Amino acid sequence: MRAIINSVIRTAAVLSFAAAQTVTAATPQELLANMERSARAADAAFDGFSPKRGEQFFKSTHGGEWSCASCHTSRPANPGQHAKTARVIPALAPAANAQRFTDAAKVEKWFKRNCNDVIGRACTAREQGDVLAYLMTVQP
Amino acid sequence: MSVRRYSCASAAVALSLLCVTAAHAGEDRGYAASNPTWSSECGTCHMPYPPQLLAPEAWAKIMRSLGRHFGTDASIDAAAEKEISAFLQRQSAGAKRRKADPQTMRITETAWFKRKHDELAPEVWKRPAVKSASNCAACHTEAERGIYSEHAVRVPR
Repeated sequence: MRAIINSVIRTAAVLSFAAAQTVTAATPQELLANMERSARAADAAFDGFSPKRGEQFFKSTHGGEWSCASCHTSRPANPGQHAKTARVIPALAPAANAQRFTDAAKVEKWFKRNCNDVIGRACTAREQGDVLAYLMTVQP
Repeated sequence: MSVRRYSCASAAVALSLLCVTAAHAGEDRGYAASNPTWSSECGTCHMPYPPQLLAPEAWAKIMRSLGRHFGTDASIDAAAEKEISAFLQRQSAGAKRRKADPQTMRITETAWFKRKHDELAPEVWKRPAVKSASNCAACHTEAERGIYSEHAVRVPR
């Protein structure tokens, strides 16, 4: 009896863990739509994302030492390499790597960290959307 | 069905205990202990370094300052931070007297690391295939599996 109760508790824990893991699952298109809503809320004059602006943003060092491309390469359909540690970074473009931009929490986490590293502040929704719009145009 | 699930869970617990035991058995047998949160969160920008190579105090300091982590923002959410901190404390508990100075936050600056690598010319660390002393796997071919034995060392030219 005790084994069964334990088993039920364990199964429930596994299921709720699985639910927590999938709760942020999304497609790049859905994440882009979320960014668009935020960008519009921040600026009534927002007139859509621009892959071209995103590419410029991605490849610029913004007056600092690194650009996004320093680690993700200027051809983000290719695997990158961490600028400091040489650790291989799987390709960032969704067309080259189906796992990219499918987890809202992960996307939020990495924009927070990497924007801090590259431009020294958080990226705006427009900047994030421009970059994602650019990455969605990159083909392997 | 539910009973079988229970046995699987027990087997997993037993296996993880085995891994922890192996990790405490000493560096020659490798650093086999693992934790999925630790290996994914700490293993993206660099390889997940063996917790045994720093003192618990140093790990605590590192975990408190992830927002400014050796020049980058490595902040993580509170749940992951708690889980990884506990794992690091557990795994590094025996490291204090053996090799790690509590103040040293860089593995490459511990006396132990320097002694182990003192035969290498400074030039070796700068080779393109090595790039940095933080790139363990450049020479330790089985580092990803926690194995740092001299038999598995190939220094790239």
